[in-house]
Amino acid sequence: MAQNMTADAAHAHDEHHESPVVFGFWLYLMTDCIIFGTLFAVFAVLRDQFAGGPTGHEVFELSGVGIETAILLFSSITYGFGMIAAHENKVSTMRTWLGVTFLLGLGFLFMEIREFSHMVAEGNGPDRSAFLSAFFTLVGTHGLHVTCGLLWMAVLLFQTAGKTELNERMIGKLTCLSLFWHFLDIVWICVFTFVYLMGVL
Amino acid sequence: MFGKLTLSAIPYDVPILVGTFIGAAIAGLAVVGLITYYGKWGYLWREWLTSVDHKRIGVMYIVVALVALFRGFADAIMMRSQLALAYAGNPGYLPPHHYDQIFSAHGTIMIFFMAMAFMQGLMNIVVPLQIGARDVAFPFVNTLSFWMTTISFLLVNVSLFIGEFSQCGWLAYPPLSEQQFSPGVGVDYYIWAVQLSGVGTLLTGVNFFATIVKMRAPGMTYMRMPVFTWTIFCTTVLIMVAFPILTVAMGLLGLDRYLGMHFFTNDGGGNQMLYLSVIWGWGHPEVYILVLPAFGAFSEITQTFSRKPLFGYKTMVYATASIMVLSLVVWVHHFFTMGAGPNVNAFFGIMTMIIAVPTGVKIFNWLFTMYKGRVEFHATMYWVIGFMITFSIGGMTGVMLAIPASDFVLHNSLFVIAHFHNVIIGGVYFGYVAAMNFWFPKAFGFKLNEAWGKRAFWLWFVGFYFAFMPLYVLGFEGMTRRMNHYDNPEWHMWLLIAEVGAVLIAGGIVCQLTQLYVSIRDRNLAENRDLTGDPWNARTLEWSTSSPPPFYNFAILPEVHELDAFAHDKEAGIDTRQAGGNYQPIHMPKNTACGFLIGAFSFVLGFGAVWYIWWLAAVGLIGVIATVIARSANNDVDYYVPVSEVVRIEQEHSHNLMAAQAAE
Repeated sequence: MAQNMTADAAHAHDEHHESPVVFGFWLYLMTDCIIFGTLFAVFAVLRDQFAGGPTGHEVFELSGVGIETAILLFSSITYGFGMIAAHENKVSTMRTWLGVTFLLGLGFLFMEIREFSHMVAEGNGPDRSAFLSAFFTLVGTHGLHVTCGLLWMAVLLFQTAGKTELNERMIGKLTCLSLFWHFLDIVWICVFTFVYLMGVL
Repeated sequence: MFGKLTLSAIPYDVPILVGTFIGAAIAGLAVVGLITYYGKWGYLWREWLTSVDHKRIGVMYIVVALVALFRGFADAIMMRSQLALAYAGNPGYLPPHHYDQIFSAHGTIMIFFMAMAFMQGLMNIVVPLQIGARDVAFPFVNTLSFWMTTISFLLVNVSLFIGEFSQCGWLAYPPLSEQQFSPGVGVDYYIWAVQLSGVGTLLTGVNFFATIVKMRAPGMTYMRMPVFTWTIFCTTVLIMVAFPILTVAMGLLGLDRYLGMHFFTNDGGGNQMLYLSVIWGWGHPEVYILVLPAFGAFSEITQTFSRKPLFGYKTMVYATASIMVLSLVVWVHHFFTMGAGPNVNAFFGIMTMIIAVPTGVKIFNWLFTMYKGRVEFHATMYWVIGFMITFSIGGMTGVMLAIPASDFVLHNSLFVIAHFHNVIIGGVYFGYVAAMNFWFPKAFGFKLNEAWGKRAFWLWFVGFYFAFMPLYVLGFEGMTRRMNHYDNPEWHMWLLIAEVGAVLIAGGIVCQLTQLYVSIRDRNLAENRDLTGDPWNARTLEWSTSSPPPFYNFAILPEVHELDAFAHDKEAGIDTRQAGGNYQPIHMPKNTACGFLIGAFSFVLGFGAVWYIWWLAAVGLIGVIATVIARSANNDVDYYVPVSEVVRIEQEHSHNLMAAQAAE
């Protein structure tokens, strides 16, 4: 078919509907928000079911969690710088900031895994009590999201390698991941407040 | 190497299952043989299995739903027959181990794979056409949703022949569903099937909400949307709110079982009532997810066959929206006996009763639409009227159950079973069948046979009353649900009557199959062909295009000036199609196998996880991730249909239209 065009050309000429991708991703994020909301509710119900096991006061180390929080918040800023560069079509600057974000995310994940393995090694794993089940599941679900975000970021870094400019579809993907990454930040602030701070203070 | 899976997992010592397996194998081989004989594999793969066309996906959903209906109904009639026999010392023919799997599978299949698949099929076929769009917002996600639902249903059916299914009822209440009391793989099959199909449904919710918000034809404001689209709109909101809760419920139960956590266990501080609250936080909105689209279909059918615009369009929309909101604040009525206290129970009881108000508004709107209309007693209308009678009774028994004090007496009895079948068969099922009869010519270009449609209706309608009214009586007589055998002589007669009802319903299903067969056989008769695209003289945009519609739906996107745009255009003498107008190349998505592949890998993941075959589960998971990444790297996902092709298709339809008008 002679009139077959590539996707890029097609998007540029699209009739009257703007791409619904970002809107659809917002909707997905709202459903994800309900997953976290339900997990927070479950945690609220089970947070004092220690079953003779340790309390939050005994297992949480606020200093480590504080550093984790700082890393994750900072990674949101670096992603933001990446998006500014993306909108200015500075691909290599964007990739640099995305790389920094990736490393920060990896650092966050590393600290979380270390905290988890430390707790499991001390016999305070998720099978110890309902409180710890709820804790590991809530925080672990967030960690799983961060892992997916990192995988996604790696894929986008790979896909933009060697590119000199970003097409609309790639900007859309970067925007969706940006929303995802900031969303995880907001969830983490709630985790930090309701799980760690209120568990210790 | 094979986890828990050994040869002993194959139930070759259960004659019923062996017989079923042989039957299924013969039927499967026959289908495969026929497709091979006619050389249709390539066609099937290119035009259907990898299609992103919402109409084809819709048809495939409904095929899955009908298969699920047969499976679910086979379970139902086995249960009824067991209870007709298993009386006064006779153990019946189903031992408890098998019987418990059957009632669990019946509920799971009927809700998740019959009703949900049917509903998604209808919304796929109708909504984009009704809002004047060429496709859904995310065509690839649409095929993915379909395959997630389909492979989950496959997983449930695999449990029939490899291992066992859950014996914990359709919602798998803990602690019974915990590892301690259900060490087999049945509950794991249940968890993975529900979880994977839930992903598909959630994506459908996101997809159709975005479609309705972003892709309506020019001029179609919210208050000009057809009522069916409105009900789907509210349903997608409920899907997006409720299905994540189901995901969490299944996830936590799975963590309890797989990793020894203590969310719902007896020990370790677990709390079973938390599971009830979470699962019903999904479960109650779920019944409205199912019934709202049925309400939408009834509205479209009633106004079309009464030859009148719908009475009270605005109140219909407001009633739908109120039901949507109220359905989120009633879930505790499923466990009043939990002991949350009089104030909590009173609140949820009152909220539940309030739902009867907007529902009553709808019933009156339909009645007033028929009032002074020229009602045509088409087979489709039979289901509508049968629904209004049956659903009203079911609604009233629902209000009885909403009173906490009477619920304490009726809880867990057959009264509850009678009530929810009364609303789900009378509301959801009648609605979907009516919708299928109504929109069938749109999807295929020929009408369904009316005589067989009416026979099916009468058998279903009468069969329903025989099957379920005795259950109300039995509930009052104290018979609890999920019983395998009993020795109370007073119950026996009622259960025999219920068995008669089940046989009548079986006759109804046979009539529906015959209806399909006869209609396909006679599809080329002049009175059955739909050449105009508007066989019922209907009011909404889907009838303005040909039947079946071209794959791009509308050559020129329709302009909407009024509610019931197509009826308005017909009265004003406007050609909605703008035939011969200024055609442009049409931008369409390309077919893709990625949805099928992700579904197939998800099946591998689920099967591996059920049997603790971790390498297999890993293969499935990596397959899913790799397919998603590959899809994301593919930039060749759409194309333009050239004008010459559009002109050719449109002219063909214009010829058909003229021929049909000449014949009149």
